[in-house]
Amino acid sequence: MNGGLLLGASVLGLLLGGIYGLMASGLALTFGVMRVINVGHSALVIAGAYMSYELFAHLHIDPFVSLVITMPVMFLIGMGLEMAFLQHLREDREQFSVLVTWAIALGVEGVLGYFCGTDLVQISTNYANSSFSIGGVQIVYIYLYGFLLGALLMGLLALLLRRTTFGWSLRATVLNRQAAQLIGIDVAKVSAIAFGIAAAMAAAGGALYGMLNTFNPGSWYDLIGDLLIIIVLGGFSSVRGAFIASLVVIMFQEILSVIISPTWADWSFFMLLAIVLIVRPSGFFGVKTREA
Amino acid sequence: MKQTFCIGRTGAAALVISALMVGLSLSVVGGGASGAASKSPITIGVSISETGDFSPDGAADMNAYSLWAQLVNDSGGILGHKVQMKFVNDASSTSQVVTNYTTLLSKDHVNFVFGPFSSLLTIPASEIAARYGYAFVEPSGGSQAVFNRGLKNVFEAEPQAGYQDMLSFGDWVLGLPKSERPKTAAYATEDDPFIGPEVAALQAKFEAAGIKTVYNKTYPIELPSYAPIALGVAQSKAQVVVLGTNLPDATAFTQTFIQQKYNPLAIDYASGPDQGTPWVKAVGAKNVAGTTVPLGWLPTLSTYQNKAFVAAYVKKYGGNAAAMSTDAGEAYSVGQVMAQAITAAGSLSNTKVIAELHKLTFKTVQGSFAFNKQGIPNGHVVLGQWVNGSLQIIYPPAVATVKALFPKPAWGTK
Repeated sequence: MNGGLLLGASVLGLLLGGIYGLMASGLALTFGVMRVINVGHSALVIAGAYMSYELFAHLHIDPFVSLVITMPVMFLIGMGLEMAFLQHLREDREQFSVLVTWAIALGVEGVLGYFCGTDLVQISTNYANSSFSIGGVQIVYIYLYGFLLGALLMGLLALLLRRTTFGWSLRATVLNRQAAQLIGIDVAKVSAIAFGIAAAMAAAGGALYGMLNTFNPGSWYDLIGDLLIIIVLGGFSSVRGAFIASLVVIMFQEILSVIISPTWADWSFFMLLAIVLIVRPSGFFGVKTREA
Repeated sequence: MKQTFCIGRTGAAALVISALMVGLSLSVVGGGASGAASKSPITIGVSISETGDFSPDGAADMNAYSLWAQLVNDSGGILGHKVQMKFVNDASSTSQVVTNYTTLLSKDHVNFVFGPFSSLLTIPASEIAARYGYAFVEPSGGSQAVFNRGLKNVFEAEPQAGYQDMLSFGDWVLGLPKSERPKTAAYATEDDPFIGPEVAALQAKFEAAGIKTVYNKTYPIELPSYAPIALGVAQSKAQVVVLGTNLPDATAFTQTFIQQKYNPLAIDYASGPDQGTPWVKAVGAKNVAGTTVPLGWLPTLSTYQNKAFVAAYVKKYGGNAAAMSTDAGEAYSVGQVMAQAITAAGSLSNTKVIAELHKLTFKTVQGSFAFNKQGIPNGHVVLGQWVNGSLQIIYPPAVATVKALFPKPAWGTK
């Protein structure tokens, strides 16, 4: 086994894990707050990727800079989707939300296909292939920037959740929706904002996804499986858990890809999922909820 | 005794119906322009991957099929019938493609069907067509599994069966002077029933010629990142790289090679560089030089009706010839093959058309070819390479349009 290859794959896995953590965080947030399994979250990631792509291709705005436009826009879109389609779900939210968000994802795919076409595209900045070497390992700038952006946004989200009144309301809603309502929290408003935040995080994740991969409106199918597994391992509703799980999962996969084979990495990954669910069904950082 | 003839009411009715049928037959036989106008259109059903993984290829297929129908109708149709296409979306799904062809054949009762994109969808779809006795000419289902099921109705409208496509790269490399010939090779391929055998055939050819395998990995199509595998290829320092890819992973591999500052002597992709503008946009115009890919079709080929097809395609869909996907040429060939088979059969009977498909040599925008008993075409694909900003033919020498770049220029060299 080549030590340099192992080290290179580990570094790559760590950096990529941070980016996947950013994409998965919104999914964990919506499940925690709203009891909504948003299988359309990856379609919002792809919508974010397209926004960044269009701003880069037509107005030459760097994808990191255009986040100041795409994140607020996606925040509003997210709130709108929540109020239009999800707020009305009263019973069996987890089950019905799968159907509703699947429909939302198909709608997003259709709209993107209509306006942007189905050709594969990629956000190709002039620094896309730049790298530097540390100890014989090539560190690619985009992966590093993506990891740092992910860590920054996750940090800001943690501050929002822990240090603000809104954050307390949101965490109370995570613990028990009905009790939160009883103590005067406007759960509907909190849910809409939480979905908006998740969509904004998806926009940031989408910009990074679009710089690292070719994509088209159908790319969300490939992505949603990975994101769901990450939040299951992370504990469903834990944003911190989603971030750490993504680091573990992606690093695990990248290392196994080089030391055994990519096919085995995929298989082992599901074995890891099964083991964690048997040993600790609530995931790494599962939050114990209280039902009224 | 006087004999009287009495035909009765039933007999009279039969005579009237017979007379009408004779009249109708005569009008059909009469043909001509007025006959064409009165004939019902030929309906052709196709399942298209408008969404999902194959949507870029599906879009090119649909464009080419639509254009073919339009051009055929402009020139009077087939046997005097206009052509009417019916497209249904399969979302790149093997189960949906079965549903689609079952509906097209059992409910819509289309006259003919054309194939979808990829071996993955062609295999189940062609079985439905076989069950209903329909000819199944398809644009890009070239894996061995398409042909080894004993079906007599499947025909791949490409010059050469897809699973043999990458051998042209092998012929080119092994034709280099011995002193220049690479000594080591790395292989990485999608776990795909179409692409895997292509790479395996080339690997066997190289190993038989003494080119040592220093890296060999098969990977699932849907991975969070292809970078670790690309990293493994780069660290193997192989002199020649063979990649069983489509555009997304071809792009990812190329980017990782650039980032890792790894530049092999030659690099061949199952697909990726053949996608025209999307390839250039994805990896950058400065990084395409020297990338090679097998080609069944190019907009610059001087083959049957190719010039008119390319001009009409660009006029209808915009862009330029260089941006056209090879999928478009392959799908257009399906229409050409079927039109020639129906015309030769002189009938809309699928049984008669299948018989002609087994007999004739067909002229298409990809060149001329016939099919063997299994529906495998008997022509040859060429090897394409990006040279001076456009995709050119470099092998075989008889049809080469430019001198090949060997060794491959460094990344960043236009």
